[in-house]
Amino acid sequence: MNRLFPVLSVVVAAMFAYAPVMIANAPYESTMGLIQKIFYFHVPVALTMFLAAFVCGIASGVFLFGRRRAADRVAVAAAELVALLGLIVLTSGPLWARKAWGIWWDWDARLTSTLVLWLMFLAYLLLRRYGGPGSERLAAGVALFGMFNVPFVYWSVEFWRTLHPKTSVLPTLQPGMRGPLWFCFAAFLGLFVLLMAARVRLERRRAELEELYLALED
Amino acid sequence: MLSVVRSKVRAGLRCGAAVALTALLLSAGAPAFAGQQPPRTTAAQEGFVPVDELPPEDRLPAAPLLVAAYAIAWVAILAYVWSVWRRLGRVEQELAALGRRAGTGARPGAGE
Amino acid sequence: MNPFAATVWHVMRKDLLIEVRSREILYTTLFFAVSCVLVFAFGFVREGRAVEDAAAGILWIAIAFSGTLALGRAFERERHNETLRALMLAPVERPAIYLGKLLGVLALLGAVQLVVVPLVAVMFQARLFAHPLLMLGLLAAGTTGFAAVGTLFAAMLVRARSRDVLLPVLLYPITIPVIIAGVRGTAALLQAEVDLPMARAWLSMLVFFDVVFITLALWTFEPVMTE
Repeated sequence: MNRLFPVLSVVVAAMFAYAPVMIANAPYESTMGLIQKIFYFHVPVALTMFLAAFVCGIASGVFLFGRRRAADRVAVAAAELVALLGLIVLTSGPLWARKAWGIWWDWDARLTSTLVLWLMFLAYLLLRRYGGPGSERLAAGVALFGMFNVPFVYWSVEFWRTLHPKTSVLPTLQPGMRGPLWFCFAAFLGLFVLLMAARVRLERRRAELEELYLALED
Repeated sequence: MLSVVRSKVRAGLRCGAAVALTALLLSAGAPAFAGQQPPRTTAAQEGFVPVDELPPEDRLPAAPLLVAAYAIAWVAILAYVWSVWRRLGRVEQELAALGRRAGTGARPGAGE
Repeated sequence: MNPFAATVWHVMRKDLLIEVRSREILYTTLFFAVSCVLVFAFGFVREGRAVEDAAAGILWIAIAFSGTLALGRAFERERHNETLRALMLAPVERPAIYLGKLLGVLALLGAVQLVVVPLVAVMFQARLFAHPLLMLGLLAAGTTGFAAVGTLFAAMLVRARSRDVLLPVLLYPITIPVIIAGVRGTAALLQAEVDLPMARAWLSMLVFFDVVFITLALWTFEPVMTE
C-alpha cells in the first residue's frame, strides 16, 4: 500500500481534475438545467458513503467477535469517512432540491434514512472521542446496531410516507450521462481508498506510539 | 526505513494535495462556464423581461447553488485530508522523539 | 428451573425488590413523564384543542424521554456500588444478566405508562382505549424495542465517561423506527376513521424490530461488556 499510495494519489487527483470537463460536456438535462450537474458527484458520494458505512459495520463485527485490533482501526477510519461523505451528500442534496423542486428538505425514505445513518455514525465518533478508555468496544457495538438498523429506518420512513405524494429524486438516466457518472464514482472510490489508507495508517502509528510509551515506562 | 516510508507517504499526500488544489481552481469555474453554452430562449435576449416571466430553466439562480455545492464538497474533502496529514505529522514527530529517547538515554530503572 | 431462567429471574427480582423498597426511580421517572406531557402540551395545544395527531406523538416522546432517564438511573445504581462488575464476575451466562435487567426496566416503564397513558387520553381527549388490545400491543412492543436497545447501551456506558449525555446520543437514532411505528400506529387508532390494518402493520413491524434487536443484544452483550 505504501508504494501504491503516491501513484494512486496522482491518478485520483487527475481524475478529479478531469471530472469537471466531463461534467460540463455531459448532456444538459432539460427539466432541471444547470443545477442537475450536482447529480454527478451527489450520487457517487452517496454510494461511497454507504460503502463506508458497510465497511465500518463489518470491521466492527470482526473487532468485536474476532478481537482483531486492526479491524477497529479500519472501523474508525470508515466512520470518519461516513461523517465526511454524509456532510457532502446532505448539503449538496438540499441545494439541488431547492432549485429543482423548490424545497430544501422532503421527509422521504431515502433522505431521512441517509440522515439517520449519518447521525448514527456521528454518535459512534462522539462515543469514541468522549467515552473515555475502553470505548472502542462499545462503539463497535453501536456500529453493529447501526448497521442492522438501516433497513428498519428505511422501511419505517417509507411506510410512514406512503400516504404522502412522492417526488422522484433521480430522473431517468440519459445515455450521455452515464459516462461522467461512472467516472465520478470511480474517482470517489479511489479517493475513499486513499483516505482510508491514510487514516488507518494514522491509527496504526498512534497504536505504535502507545506501545512505545508503555514500553518506556517499564 | 521508517523515515523513507514516512517521507513517501508525505510526498504522496503533498503531491495529491497540490494537484487537487489545481483541480479545485479548475472545477470551480468549469461547470458554470460550460453551463452558458446551451441555447437561450429569444425572450430572454430581447430586452428587459420581468423575473416571473423568464423561462423556467433560468440559469442565474442555479449557478450560485451549484458553485456552493461543489465548493462545500471540495472544502470538506480538503479539510479532512489536511486534518489527517496534520495528525499524522504530529504522531510521527512524537514517535521520532521517543525513538531517539529510547535509543540514546539509559532506560529508567524499575520501581522508582 | 434451568440455570439461565434462574439467573434471569434472580436479576429481575433483585431490581424489582430494590425498586419496590425505595421507589426512587419510579416516582422520579413518573414525575418527569408527566412534566414532559405538560411541556409538549403547551407546544401543541392551540385554543384549548390539541393539534391533530399530537396525542400520539406526545405519548411516545414522553415514553422515549422518561425511558432514557429510567435507564440512566437504573444503571447509575449499578455503577455506584460496582454491582454490575460483580454480576459479570459471577459464573452465570451473560445474556441472562442482560435479560434480567431488561425485564426489570420493562416492569418499571410499564408502571410509569400505567399512569401516563390514561393521562394523555384524558388531557387530549384521545380515545386510546377504544381498541385496548392493539393499543396494549403497540405499547408493549414499542417499549420492549426501546428498552432492549437502551438496556444494552446503558450497560455498555456504565464505565464510560460522559455517560449521561452519550446514552441519548446513541439511543435516539437507533430507536427512530420504534418511535415512528409507535406514533403512526397509535395515530392510526386515534383517527376519525380508525385504520385497524395500518395499526396492525405497524405492530408487526415493531415485533420484528424487537426480535431482531433482542437477538442482536443477546449476541453482543458479552463481547461488548468484557475486555
